[in-house]
Amino acid sequence: MAKGLKQSAVAVWHFYRDAFRNMTWGRTLVWLILLKFFILFAILRVFFFKPAMAGLDEAERSRVVGERLVGGSQTETETPVSPSQTYNL
Amino acid sequence: MDVIVWSRIQFAMTAAYHWLFVPLTLGLALVMAVMETIYVIKKDDFWKKTAQFWMKIFAVNFAVGIATGIILEFEFGTNWSNYSWFVGDMFGAPLAIEGILAFFMEATFFAVMFFGWGKVGKRFHLVSTWLTGIGATISAYWILVANGWMQNPVGTTFNPETVRSEMASAAAFWEVISNPVAVSKFFHSITSGWVTGGVFVVGVSCWFLLHKRQQEFARKSILIGSIVGLVGSVAVMLSGDSSGIHAAEFQPMKLAAAEGLEDGGSRAAFTIVPGVKVPGMLSILATHDIDGFVPGINDILKGYTDNDGNVIPSVAEKMQRGRTALDALAAYRTLKDTDPEAAAAARALLDENVQYMGYGHLEKPEDVIPPVGVVFWAFRLMIGLGMLMLLELLVVGWLGWKDKLAGKRWLFFIAIACIPLVYICGQAGWIVAEVGRQPWTIQGLLPVNVAISSLSAGAVKTTFFLFLAIFSLFLIIEIRIMVGAIKKGPETPNE
Repeated sequence: MAKGLKQSAVAVWHFYRDAFRNMTWGRTLVWLILLKFFILFAILRVFFFKPAMAGLDEAERSRVVGERLVGGSQTETETPVSPSQTYNL
Repeated sequence: MDVIVWSRIQFAMTAAYHWLFVPLTLGLALVMAVMETIYVIKKDDFWKKTAQFWMKIFAVNFAVGIATGIILEFEFGTNWSNYSWFVGDMFGAPLAIEGILAFFMEATFFAVMFFGWGKVGKRFHLVSTWLTGIGATISAYWILVANGWMQNPVGTTFNPETVRSEMASAAAFWEVISNPVAVSKFFHSITSGWVTGGVFVVGVSCWFLLHKRQQEFARKSILIGSIVGLVGSVAVMLSGDSSGIHAAEFQPMKLAAAEGLEDGGSRAAFTIVPGVKVPGMLSILATHDIDGFVPGINDILKGYTDNDGNVIPSVAEKMQRGRTALDALAAYRTLKDTDPEAAAAARALLDENVQYMGYGHLEKPEDVIPPVGVVFWAFRLMIGLGMLMLLELLVVGWLGWKDKLAGKRWLFFIAIACIPLVYICGQAGWIVAEVGRQPWTIQGLLPVNVAISSLSAGAVKTTFFLFLAIFSLFLIIEIRIMVGAIKKGPETPNE
């Protein structure tokens, strides 16, 4: 059983390894995907798209959204604010 | 422009960009699966080479489109955090299933499809090709379950403790996933992808005919492309009819805006363009009954009685009940720990009025009217271009079937020009669906001005232009790679 699993895993590994080794134009696409992931997750996500309620636990999030719901619509803030500033935590 | 407008524009741009890739993925998946099936049945290497060419184009589209949807999730958390929290419980299950399916099914079988030629059996390879497309299609279903719920929030209950719309039971989950709006939206979106795939294949094949290259490949691709596109066109019309019925039932303001209908009535006329109307047609389309009542914008504002005899309150009354719901929510949250009896009474009042809770945030009744001009013209653009695509596929497909395409250069040019037009058609459809439901992020429950996070417009503007630059760059790269792959034509496998 264990031997069979190992053989399958090796076969899958060889399948992908050979595929990537034999790529021609596909290699460009793989680099393109990696570049995109880098831009998305290492730049945009880290520097520009911090979740507005990061760092709040579930009870705090409920309280914050509840206050927003009963407190009315959102108005624009003058300057960018961190979640803790926004919600006075 | 304020932060809400910038956030909406940013979300619209991201979603529109994402939708450049999805329909071609869905359409080409079907085209190449059909071609490979013919290869396996006929054992003719011509079909293998043909399927492989379209797989190459599929791969380019897939590579550039991959993860563009993730940016929407970034925006949910940053720009629309109140909305994200509100829908978190409901969206969790469908989006998790979508993620698992997308990852395991598409990724696994995509790899076998591309790298498996000559390494796995023909039948297993064929199954992998079909499952790649089926995986993408099923993934789309779960996304559209989430979107359908925003248009028609069924199966959930608002929980004032958590401030979330929650699914309380398995029956509620079933109600969410069988939401009629989600089902018709799914078929409409998927089959519009088939039209996009068909028009794309026909257009590219006509480019080969125009340049007198790969003529057999082009002619046979035209046949498959036009069949897929025509089946898609018919299905788009049927699902579009169903979408119209649902809009009339669940989002009458969207329908009124799409028709520019100020005052409704029975035997309502369908406006082809301003000044040109078909009497009774709108009633037929919206209710399947020429005598069916279709409310106009003013009827919705003032209140009316629908075709089932239900009295629909005026927007002013809904606003009043919405404010009652919000006051009850505030009272419940204040009293729940100190005065259980009063809290229970507040909860009962909230439950009684919760369906109008979002109206409590509106300043005036006219706030429920979406941008009528945008929705009206986007609707006409979608239908007009959809009819053009149908005509193009019929003519090119028929002439291709009869082997009479030779020398029809004018037709080749039209077929090539239809490629950008089919994309405009799809984008126009989403504009109708999404601009038409304004001011709601969740119909009746949460307007955009409450769904938004506490941000500055400047911060959103910065990321908007950043995205614009990145998206444009990737789009240029994709078009260059794709055009390069097309110009090279069908050739060696296992690249």
